Amino acid sequence: MMGHWIIAPVVLPAFVAGVMVLALRSDLLLKRIAGIGSILALNGIALALLWSATIHGPEVYFLGEWPAPFGIVLVLDRLSALMVALLAALALPVVLYAIGSGWDRKGAHFHPLLQFLLMGIGGAFLTGDAFNLFVFFEILLIASYGLMIHGGGSARTRAGIQYVAFNLVGSSLFLFALALTYGLTGTLNIADLAQKLPTLPEGDAALLRVTAVMMILVFAIKGALVPLQFWLPGTYANAPGVVAAMFAVMTKVGAYAVLRFGAVVFPPELAATGSLLQDLILPAGLVTLALGAIGVLGATTLPRLVAFGGIASMGTAFTAIGAFTPETSSAALYYILHSTLATAAMFLVADLVTRRRAHARLTEVAPPIAQSGLISALFLAGAVAMAGMPPLSGFLGKLLILDAFRTQEALVWTVVLASSFLMILGYARAGSVLFWKATALEVPAGRWPREGLAFSATIALLAGLAGLTVLAGPLTDWLGETAAGLYAPEAYIAAARLGEGG
Amino acid sequence: MEALVAIAIGTLTAVGIYLALRMRTFPVIVGLTVLSYAVNLFLFTSGRLTQNRAPIIGTSDVYADPLPQALVLTAIVISFGMTAVIMIMAIGGFLESGHDRVNMADAAGDDETGDAAGEERA
Repeated sequence: MMGHWIIAPVVLPAFVAGVMVLALRSDLLLKRIAGIGSILALNGIALALLWSATIHGPEVYFLGEWPAPFGIVLVLDRLSALMVALLAALALPVVLYAIGSGWDRKGAHFHPLLQFLLMGIGGAFLTGDAFNLFVFFEILLIASYGLMIHGGGSARTRAGIQYVAFNLVGSSLFLFALALTYGLTGTLNIADLAQKLPTLPEGDAALLRVTAVMMILVFAIKGALVPLQFWLPGTYANAPGVVAAMFAVMTKVGAYAVLRFGAVVFPPELAATGSLLQDLILPAGLVTLALGAIGVLGATTLPRLVAFGGIASMGTAFTAIGAFTPETSSAALYYILHSTLATAAMFLVADLVTRRRAHARLTEVAPPIAQSGLISALFLAGAVAMAGMPPLSGFLGKLLILDAFRTQEALVWTVVLASSFLMILGYARAGSVLFWKATALEVPAGRWPREGLAFSATIALLAGLAGLTVLAGPLTDWLGETAAGLYAPEAYIAAARLGEGG
Repeated sequence: MEALVAIAIGTLTAVGIYLALRMRTFPVIVGLTVLSYAVNLFLFTSGRLTQNRAPIIGTSDVYADPLPQALVLTAIVISFGMTAVIMIMAIGGFLESGHDRVNMADAAGDDETGDAAGEERA
């Protein structure tokens, strides 16, 4: 029983960010200490929440003690606790890399913005209210706008404008969907929606389908699902490498929301929507995967290559989510854990390379970079993970997904396996241009500071992947129970204690 | 009144989408603002249209739903803040690149970092 601790992942970063902005404005060292301290505390809280959700089951937190369907609630269950733990685990290497590489020196507000981003993402994972989800989306987006243009530069700012404009349209769409939901049901509480939608009069079924599709469109924008992925390559490739690594968890907010709404609010049993979401998301996921793989093969710069790798991983995750069965969702959760860490690690490796290299283009050879031995080894490990080759967790994740799709093997297996092959080619080509052909130029490697902290952070992410691989057995059992609970939301609805005060 | 409100929301949405698809940042921002007006109106009407009623249960048989009013207030504040952010970014982008086109490809070559596909170095 966690009581008030449930809101700690939201309040703690918000408080620390406020202190940083107001009191530590000009002191980088204190900001770094506060940032690391806050993220370490967040890790501790996230693990405690994970333990509590596993032992005691779902638990609700009433904000301001308002009774449930009227006030806003946070609901801690295994899925939200897992996602918060993933967020905290990713934030630590990212902040260490930002300090080690000096990225946080390039603007005054890196650390406060990162804390606000953590607040928004953590809140989005924990909230049990659809309108509150919108509010947390906006918090994480406004922090991400600041982080995206961190360090400045004309290309980055203009890519940032596209990113903001795209997301503002997405926010409007979300509000339309929320207004429709409220107009139909008179509630925005997720557990209450799950109860009320099956009893909706038949005449409202068409409106409900429109609402469901609009909601899923919004989450698809966040998760970069085809045909709404256009914002991602430009944004991630132009954002600072360390910020792009943190953004790896932002696409997972979209995946989480699709899973939560598709399993709890619009489950396949709901007569009005039926298999509508499956029919939309599963093919879109496969197309996303294929497009990401082709993008990896055809990318002209290293950050774009990694961004397309991220799109491909979202495609794999959405394919598995889109079937909306406990087995596929369990596999999707494992893949989400893996791909968040793998994509982040790859963005950090890409940043290590592009800062040292004469240019980021993959079409031309550049002189060898400093520390190319270690960096190329990290690139190899990251590429193995992203492409889904053994021995790292990408292979296990894809294996779990393929295993869960035994009934639709022809289509899903073909796309997953063919796209993995394309990605292996793409990464191999990039690696040979970056590290092998460079040595043929016979120019001495440039000099560069050692950056031990930055390398440690990247290695820590890859070690996390190794950990996922080693612990795959107990982890998949745990995820299987999580996914089963997601499709039997009685415990979740009971925990939301509708009609009661705090 | 329903028809009037519906037409207003539809017109605002159409204008907003049209402007948001333009090539310069200023019309895009105006379009996004108009779109947020449309969505705020829509959100407001999701509690049904009522006239001259207090948002308090028990004062009369028909009451105005207070929740959409709270929701729309939140939405207005957020869209206001977002407009300010994109405005500042648009000005920043204009000052740094000398034009306010939305697209990234620079045929004119006025951007020394090329097509900006991650090429600029930190």
